[in-house]
Amino acid sequence: MPYRCGSYHVIEKTAISAGVYSYAILCPEVAVDARPGQFVHIKVEGFTLRRPVSICDIDHKNGSIRIVFEIRGHGTAKLADANVGDNIDMIAPLGNGFTLPDGIAPDRRVITVGGGIGVAPLLGAAKAFRENATAILGFRSYDKIILANDFKQSDVHVITCTDDGSVGLKGTVTTPLEAELAKNDTDMVYACGPQPMLAAIVRICEKAGVKCEVSLEQRMGCGVGACAVCACGITRQDKEYMLMVCKDGPVFKGEEVLL
Amino acid sequence: MMKRDLTVTVAGVKFPNPVIAASGVYGFGEYYTDLYPLNLLGGISCKGLTLNKRNGNTPPRVAETPAGMLNSVGLQNPGVDTFINTNLPRLKKDGNVIIANIAGDTPEDYAEIAKRLSETDVDMLEVNISCPNVKKGGAAWGISTEGAALVTKTVRAVTKKPLMVKLTPNVTDVTEIAKAAESEGADAISLINTLLGMRIDIRTKRPVLHRNVGGLSGPAVFPVALRMVWQVAGAVKIDVVGMGGINSAEDAVEMMYAGAKAVQIGTAIISDPLAPLKIIGGIEHYMDVNRIRRITEITGKVEPW
Repeated sequence: MPYRCGSYHVIEKTAISAGVYSYAILCPEVAVDARPGQFVHIKVEGFTLRRPVSICDIDHKNGSIRIVFEIRGHGTAKLADANVGDNIDMIAPLGNGFTLPDGIAPDRRVITVGGGIGVAPLLGAAKAFRENATAILGFRSYDKIILANDFKQSDVHVITCTDDGSVGLKGTVTTPLEAELAKNDTDMVYACGPQPMLAAIVRICEKAGVKCEVSLEQRMGCGVGACAVCACGITRQDKEYMLMVCKDGPVFKGEEVLL
Repeated sequence: MMKRDLTVTVAGVKFPNPVIAASGVYGFGEYYTDLYPLNLLGGISCKGLTLNKRNGNTPPRVAETPAGMLNSVGLQNPGVDTFINTNLPRLKKDGNVIIANIAGDTPEDYAEIAKRLSETDVDMLEVNISCPNVKKGGAAWGISTEGAALVTKTVRAVTKKPLMVKLTPNVTDVTEIAKAAESEGADAISLINTLLGMRIDIRTKRPVLHRNVGGLSGPAVFPVALRMVWQVAGAVKIDVVGMGGINSAEDAVEMMYAGAKAVQIGTAIISDPLAPLKIIGGIEHYMDVNRIRRITEITGKVEPW
């Protein structure tokens, strides 16, 4: 898939929780090729390295994409200064997205599991399956919850968990995941979030015999595969490879990732 | 309007313009063909090649710094044979001057890689005695006159390809190293590779890079690079290719005034993949405004106080 490098208008900006922002960006030439799970690589004025941000949702009709990001440092804080009408310099769409089957039997479903800001790239994937998708969303506490209504509005079944039990189930996403997999009607699990969470999800899916894809995060350079800084260890056919999260990922098969 | 001439000759090899993609940021060109034809660049210096495939260092391999970045990739590459069979034919078709950057643990490694490349149509070899991110070889050879001389001599003995030796700035007197390479048959010098640096995450008390230290590049190093290019250009008779933090056409022009016949663009490509094209356009604009017909006219023409 070709990628583009250019400046694109912010057409909508929302603060969706403390330090978490949602932008809709008008970029028809990017949106037409974009797939859930891919990312955009944003140049922030004054910083050498671009910031990779996953694509949260794609509006093919409008020719726009939505990104949701959290302020993590000076670069993302500066990015959050952009307002409607401002331009965002980005390379997009990049990387491999989630594998989304063309169709799914009416009595089968997929599960998306996201932790914190990791729920963002899963919205587009879950929307592709609507009522055949269950989204398990994990957050630290009630005030960190993001995008739960967006999943619900797309007819996705939502299970919310918080570490402190302030909303939904108390505890991590793994307990509801095990319970949902026990129903034996899951075709695929898609996951994104902190590394220990992903490692646990991969183990659980392996035990249940369900295919699983995980979206990884790594400090990135060029974003297109050339500079070789965002490496991750991958096993394929019992051989170990150093692959690039930006080009070969960010989505990998759960069983091949060395977490 | 007068016709501009951007061609330059380095080590006997003619480049259509003086802007070269630096080794390490450009892979083998394959990742940028979505954006523009590779033949818009004067040349491409390929990712450092070793005799056998290397997986590189454990991540994280990158950290941001004020006006720059650190990397500790550690020469991840598919090995010289894969390059020759898979990457080189396409590069030769799509690009202009193709430079193979080579690195080894021992002088014999360098020689073996050079021997294999000598039988190909690669245009030039860039002998990397300056990689700071590997235990053996790399910069270990580039920090002494004896090491630089030995590697240059050993490679020179096995190849007739134009030979450019890439130097590290992590030395007390870079002109001595440059002269050592020149005396053993180097046709050109390229500099600077990255400066050794470090960052620590104060929340975890751990260095940001898994290798603890890595190479600093980007606009922060440009004045150091410029100074060293100026010093080396004054110390050797062979051609000099300047690099290190070049981020604009103005930087490239400065580098040429300091004595560089051509420039390499590295970190600027990571920030902006279109940077080399913008730099070429900016150089053309500078030539028009200042009525410079041939870009070679400005090389070394700084007027020191």
